[in-house]
Amino acid sequence: MTETNQALEEITGQEYKYGFVTSIEEDRIPKGLNEDIVRLISAKKNEPPFMLEWRLRAYRHWLTMQEPTWQNVRYPKIDYNDIYYYSAPKQKAKPKSLDEVDPEIRETFNKLGISLAEQERLTGVAVDAVFDSVSVGTTFKGKLKEMGIIFCSFSEAVLEHPDLVKKYLGSVVPYSDNYFATLNSAVFSDGSFVYIPKGVRCPMELSTYFRINASETGQFERTLIVADEGSYVSYLEGCTAPMRDENQLHAAVVELVALGDAQIKYSTVQNWYPGDKEGKGGIYNFVTKRGKCAGENSKISWTQVETGSAITWKYPSCILQGDNSVGEFYSVAVTNNYQQADTGTKMIHIGKNTRSTIVSKGISAGHGQNTYRGLVKINKGAEGARNYSQCDSLLMGDKCGAHTFPYIEIKNSSAQMEHEATTSKIGEDQLFYCKQRGISEEDAVNMIVNGFCKQVFKELPMEFAVEAQKLLSVSLEGSVG
Amino acid sequence: MLASYQQAYERSLDPKAPAFLRERRQAGIERFAALGFPNRRMEEWKYTSVEPIASREFQLGGDKEVARFTLEEMHRMAFCVMPGPRLVFLNGHFHPALSDLSGLPAGVRCKSLAQALQEDAASLEAHLGRQVDSKDRAFVALNDAFLQNGAYLFLPRGTVLPQPIQLLFVSHGNGTAVVSHPRVLVVAEAQSQATLIETYVGQGAYFTNAVTEIAAGEGAVIEHIKLQGESESAFHIASIGVRQSRDSQYTSHSLSLGAALARNDLGTVLDAEGAGATLNGLYMVSGSQHVDNHTNIDHAKPHCTSAELYKGILDGKSQGVFNGRILVRPDAQKTSSQQSNKNLILSDDALINTKPLLEIYANDVKCNHGATIGRLDANQVFYLRSRGIDAALARSILTYAFASDVVALMRQEPLRERLQQWIFARLMPGKEAAA
Repeated sequence: MTETNQALEEITGQEYKYGFVTSIEEDRIPKGLNEDIVRLISAKKNEPPFMLEWRLRAYRHWLTMQEPTWQNVRYPKIDYNDIYYYSAPKQKAKPKSLDEVDPEIRETFNKLGISLAEQERLTGVAVDAVFDSVSVGTTFKGKLKEMGIIFCSFSEAVLEHPDLVKKYLGSVVPYSDNYFATLNSAVFSDGSFVYIPKGVRCPMELSTYFRINASETGQFERTLIVADEGSYVSYLEGCTAPMRDENQLHAAVVELVALGDAQIKYSTVQNWYPGDKEGKGGIYNFVTKRGKCAGENSKISWTQVETGSAITWKYPSCILQGDNSVGEFYSVAVTNNYQQADTGTKMIHIGKNTRSTIVSKGISAGHGQNTYRGLVKINKGAEGARNYSQCDSLLMGDKCGAHTFPYIEIKNSSAQMEHEATTSKIGEDQLFYCKQRGISEEDAVNMIVNGFCKQVFKELPMEFAVEAQKLLSVSLEGSVG
Repeated sequence: MLASYQQAYERSLDPKAPAFLRERRQAGIERFAALGFPNRRMEEWKYTSVEPIASREFQLGGDKEVARFTLEEMHRMAFCVMPGPRLVFLNGHFHPALSDLSGLPAGVRCKSLAQALQEDAASLEAHLGRQVDSKDRAFVALNDAFLQNGAYLFLPRGTVLPQPIQLLFVSHGNGTAVVSHPRVLVVAEAQSQATLIETYVGQGAYFTNAVTEIAAGEGAVIEHIKLQGESESAFHIASIGVRQSRDSQYTSHSLSLGAALARNDLGTVLDAEGAGATLNGLYMVSGSQHVDNHTNIDHAKPHCTSAELYKGILDGKSQGVFNGRILVRPDAQKTSSQQSNKNLILSDDALINTKPLLEIYANDVKCNHGATIGRLDANQVFYLRSRGIDAALARSILTYAFASDVVALMRQEPLRERLQQWIFARLMPGKEAAA
């Protein structure tokens, strides 16, 4: 047993695959945070006055707020004046086509397996690539435009579709929402914007790839997806960062708006640098993600695979406002070494006959601490609301922890809700069964873990499902005793 | 209002009390003054506001009324008085005339705490305050500050009590809002066995702030029934702390049926291998009642088991809170723990907040918890109605069945039957005879 463990530990020791740094000329603004910085960021992006006002409102509000402390994660205090809030690769002029994007950056994305140029022809997934603070290229734009779909970087949207941005920005996550969302509202640099017009089914997966490259920077991006009546979109998000000893802050905001009969499917594979084996370095992933089912019969589905980040702290939520709307949350969160995760979801039932499903799978190994924290709130008017929650935790190793904190608030007697949670380790009899049939312990563990997560993986789009499974086995190898 | 507690504290000081007690009381009032009443900004009190308690003035009940309280009155008010030993308290004061301590096996010490403070000071000093923590719990600190009365039960090694010990706490202020701070201490030595029935009843508006401590020695088996049937304008706060030694078994049945505002904090520490805890609970409220059950099972050592089942029935505009925490400490391997909270909402205005928590720091464990909330199954109601049972009765039968799951787990037959009758009567006003 110990020998196998050692062998497995060696594999776990595998370096983080995406930990390289691209050396590139950067355009940075001075360190620190004050009103001038906010104005500077806004000026850099040639934003219309309404955006600057919004940013300043957020910044002034942020000054009155206190950093929250209720979470089940521990980290040293962040010095918000010791961060570069804007860092962009230098570009002479705005690239007109992908071929004009800096070759260094294209190379970076190639290394990450996202070839901006080839992507168009090969995979049929439209990608918006965000490098540090700005979006460097968006593929498939032309084809999408024919259908009326807007898929572009956030800065572009602010300039070209100010009405849409004005209407929906902050409608789900207001600038005063929480400490990190407010900070983001003040200093966000870029992100993706998607608008699917009425009755359009987006013909391909849309995807954003986030890459942190520069050191001592924070990444603050903002994604806004609006699905107009009767439309459908599936959106993927992926992220990586270089290996560094310092902790970097990533405070993003994602807002989804689904109008009547619209459907949004949002999938994340989060693989920020998790820090080394001693827990040094890594990304603080403090993200606010929220979707609003504004119209009747709308549906928002969150799927997330969280394997990276030193600390993950996020609750992709659904506000089920329209009658008969549906919210779903599928999550696999893995914490190994000294990673910490406090993640879950909030399902706010407001409309009649709203339904929500929560399936959360937590895996803790090494010294990892994994917390599921979720809220199911059924308001008085939510006649016939239905919720099903399932939270399972798998423990590997005797130093890790798995915690479940579900909050359930029910104000309507016709509501039906069920919450179930289990915590256990991998069954020795299951392992024995596999080994007895000639399957190595390592493969057996992989198989069992994959089976444990299957319910969530099957919700992922094909491209991601394969990646997620691979990611999971790398994250966990060597953690079984 | 804090000042009025301070004044009451000073008036109630007894210079003849043992030194350790005076120190404890002093520490208690200081702690309470520092903490103040909890508020809803605290995670532990997120769903329960104690404003109604904090904003009122309560008087410590005098012992003069004790003599006026008769046997008839006791029988009228008490839920069920079974034959066997009992201690009766009125407004926190021991009522010797109504108490019956005959027929206890040799070596068993069962007496009022006031008496024990004179006779068993060493044992009290060693055990009082060890099972509950008053560090951040204002109500425990407040109870400490007024630590004077209550009950003391000592079971020597290997004693098996044939009959349950009944503790009856009656509050009856005759118009004044009284407050009592009863403290119960049970010290069960190795291999002893006992059943304890705590009953809280009363009339009018008053405040009971009870603390119960149980130290279960090696292999001790303790069954603890807590019956809270306070008047519907009363406030009831109870903190129960249990510490379990090797192979001990603790079973709790907690029934919350009365009070305008009731809060139970029940915590058990499984402090040695092989210990087991079973926590059963039923809360049944209506009108504008508010009931809050917090349980905390601390798996401190390996090879312990726990099982928990709490059921709630909420009618009218009542509010229910359940917060069940299971903590498995880093080395508590081979822990097995199950927790379930089921709620039935009978009206549109009732509200339930439930929070089953698992906090697990060991890997070789089996833990699960579940919570359900719903109303009566329309199919089941239809089934009964199709067989000629009217809708109201059909609903009562189904609600009764939901509740009796928990009641049926109690072994004390007369009490169980009395409870079943009471629940049925509550569900079917006027049809008690048929039960």
